[in-house]
Amino acid sequence: MTDTPIPPHRSHRRTPSDPLRRTRQPLPLPGARSRAAHLLTAAAARGEFALPCCTACGRYAWPIPEICPACLGSVALATAPPGGRVLSATTAEVPADPYFRERAPWRVGLVALDCGPQAVVHLHPASDPGDAVRLTLMLDRAGQAVLHAGPIGGDMQTDPKWREMTADPATRRVLITDARHVAALPLARALANAGTAEIHLGLPEPWKPLPTRAALLAVPGARLVGLDVTSDRSVADLAADLAGRIEIVVNTADLPRPGDLLAPAAQVQARAMTEVLSLGLMRMGRAFGPALAERGADGDQGAVAWVNVLSVMALAAPPGWAGYGAAHAAALALSRSLRAELGRGGVRLVTMLTGPTEDSWFQTLDHPRVTGAALARAIIEALRRGLEEVAVGDVARDLMARLAENPKAVERELARAGRL
Amino acid sequence: MWDYDGVVLAVPVTVPYVRHSTRPAQWWAGQALARLAAGSGVAHRDFDGLSVASFSLGPDTAVGLTRDFGLSPRFLDFQPMGGASGILALRRAARAVQSGDARIVACIAADGNGPYSFRRSLENFSRASQDAVYPYGAGGPNVGFALIARAFMVANNLTRSDIGRIAVSQRRNAALNPDALLRGPMTLDDYLSARPIAPPLHLLDCVMPCAGAEAFLVLPEVEARAQGLPFVRLTAAIERTNAFPDDPVMLRGGWARDASALWDRAGVAPGAVDLVQTYDDYPFISAMQFADMGFCAPAELPCFLADRDLGLTGDLPHNTSGGQLSAGQAGCAGGFLGLVEALRQLTGTAGARQVVRAKRALVSGFGMIVFDRGLASGAAILEAA
Repeated sequence: MTDTPIPPHRSHRRTPSDPLRRTRQPLPLPGARSRAAHLLTAAAARGEFALPCCTACGRYAWPIPEICPACLGSVALATAPPGGRVLSATTAEVPADPYFRERAPWRVGLVALDCGPQAVVHLHPASDPGDAVRLTLMLDRAGQAVLHAGPIGGDMQTDPKWREMTADPATRRVLITDARHVAALPLARALANAGTAEIHLGLPEPWKPLPTRAALLAVPGARLVGLDVTSDRSVADLAADLAGRIEIVVNTADLPRPGDLLAPAAQVQARAMTEVLSLGLMRMGRAFGPALAERGADGDQGAVAWVNVLSVMALAAPPGWAGYGAAHAAALALSRSLRAELGRGGVRLVTMLTGPTEDSWFQTLDHPRVTGAALARAIIEALRRGLEEVAVGDVARDLMARLAENPKAVERELARAGRL
Repeated sequence: MWDYDGVVLAVPVTVPYVRHSTRPAQWWAGQALARLAAGSGVAHRDFDGLSVASFSLGPDTAVGLTRDFGLSPRFLDFQPMGGASGILALRRAARAVQSGDARIVACIAADGNGPYSFRRSLENFSRASQDAVYPYGAGGPNVGFALIARAFMVANNLTRSDIGRIAVSQRRNAALNPDALLRGPMTLDDYLSARPIAPPLHLLDCVMPCAGAEAFLVLPEVEARAQGLPFVRLTAAIERTNAFPDDPVMLRGGWARDASALWDRAGVAPGAVDLVQTYDDYPFISAMQFADMGFCAPAELPCFLADRDLGLTGDLPHNTSGGQLSAGQAGCAGGFLGLVEALRQLTGTAGARQVVRAKRALVSGFGMIVFDRGLASGAAILEAA
């Protein structure tokens, strides 16, 4: 199955595993939040900086209240300036909670936000009382929104707490499930640039030509492995070899086939797409998920993320893409279940919702298209920032904005126009 | 009509603390009630008022306890307000007695403590904590108070040595309190070299959670005289919740807003009290109370702490039982500890740790850290009969 041996990686050194070291077991981070606080979860999942703000008087408040303490108006999230100043700081040397105790010392700050209120934050080691800081709303290992503050223009990756909450691919081992995806080559190159230790690319039906084969194999750390996500045996075979070794899965398996519901081949096509997309995800999740979740607490080299590359048609598809939209919608639904399962081990499930890519099967759709390179960049950024839900490309962003505003209008528009 | 004429406190009760107990808060409250009855000579069924403070009664409130204890009170109060519960319970009970809504109010604070119960109570202490404190290092109250302590110490040029004087003095007092869980000698070096918990807070800045109960009776003076009970008078009392919501960081407590009213009503100045019982969940919080109650300006705290002798025979006896820092923090009972100890001192029943000529005491309470600050504060002046 293996086409090439794994070449040694260059810039980022992976720490050799020590069989005598005790393995850090996944431990749930306290995840209880008020219902209102999950408004912040949604913003953090998308990488937006938004804080609770009164819709009547415009004052910001923290923590999120049910009503504005200044005027008793109602509170909603609003984009906020991400600056602040550190009022006080401490280091939890002996935290009461086992998750933090295991990872102590844990630096905590009290920050006066530029928009008004104060907040307790995860504080970068380089920031001290009196310093100006930049705040980030991010997801912690429990998948809940928290505030991080660090030096303006500083390198957040130098904060171990930031690394704990994100999924930097450096020194990690990645599986890309479909080497034929338009993003596979640019993603492999981007991962190699980011210091990834190993890049395994799944290749279904290896007898078919792979025009990018030479280019892929030229990427440092890349190798091709046989993987057909529609085959239980193929998935199980690869999992036996690799599941305990992989720290990031990027599921690029796709089968774009147009066709409306009443088209003669619709049912056959839909079945094939479902095998690849939703059932393929289920096979992969069942085979690789447990091993990933098991190793989710293993520090800077532990398993961190599962990236599902899905079409934004999972949310709303034009009638001419009925089966494709349905297959992606099913995969999106399964993603949420997989997120809950992987989340128990602290492994993040990232959903990339992309507009039509440069895949030749999207030939009938209007431009613009998402290039493989753009999608690869978005994936790397999502991992580094610890995002959970990313719209890729103008078409996906536009469709999601339209859906948020008026979903029924989108349904009618897609039906009438027959395109996104 | 702010006075409390004719209302007195009697029968100081401490159910001796233990570090861990298999008994729930209901049991500890029941022990306290039994001691109130035995100490007063009044049958417990004749207490027609009940005021309960507890964090760990759940799923019960004070209502369920009346059935457990066979009481039929016509005044019932539930004040799970932590360190402020004593002052709050006293103020309400005193008004009930003064107005005739109740004749004898049994005020009880009780909490159990298992090996895990304190740790597990932290996660759900408040919604603000759940959303915006616990997920950040989850040090329990230590992290929140460390952030306050650092800002307070920097603002007032206080060193750990300055603060340590309070803890060391209290430990010396505790040596004479057989009910204190921590009675071993402690030097300033011990305090300074203790293990860091969340700097500037180190181990000997922190209280030890435990199980226990504190209680007292509030009743008319004529009733106390009829029963032959030693009593003290309540001269004045204040409380304030969320005193300074616009302060960016808590450099003062609610006392700063109301202390002058307290002293005016009591008709005395801070120098006229014979002993002080502050709420000492951390010794720097006691320092904050000295400043906010008007013993000195905040900036003068380093000198104040160096110059005053806070011991039993000093010029300002402070937390004469050893306070929570030495006695232990039995949940809400920590909010009663100072009141019960002042009641003992002013009735001359404090035994080996009796302060001589103790006629007037200041007791302050502080509690309920919600998000970045303690929201509840109160204080009372008690006078010997």
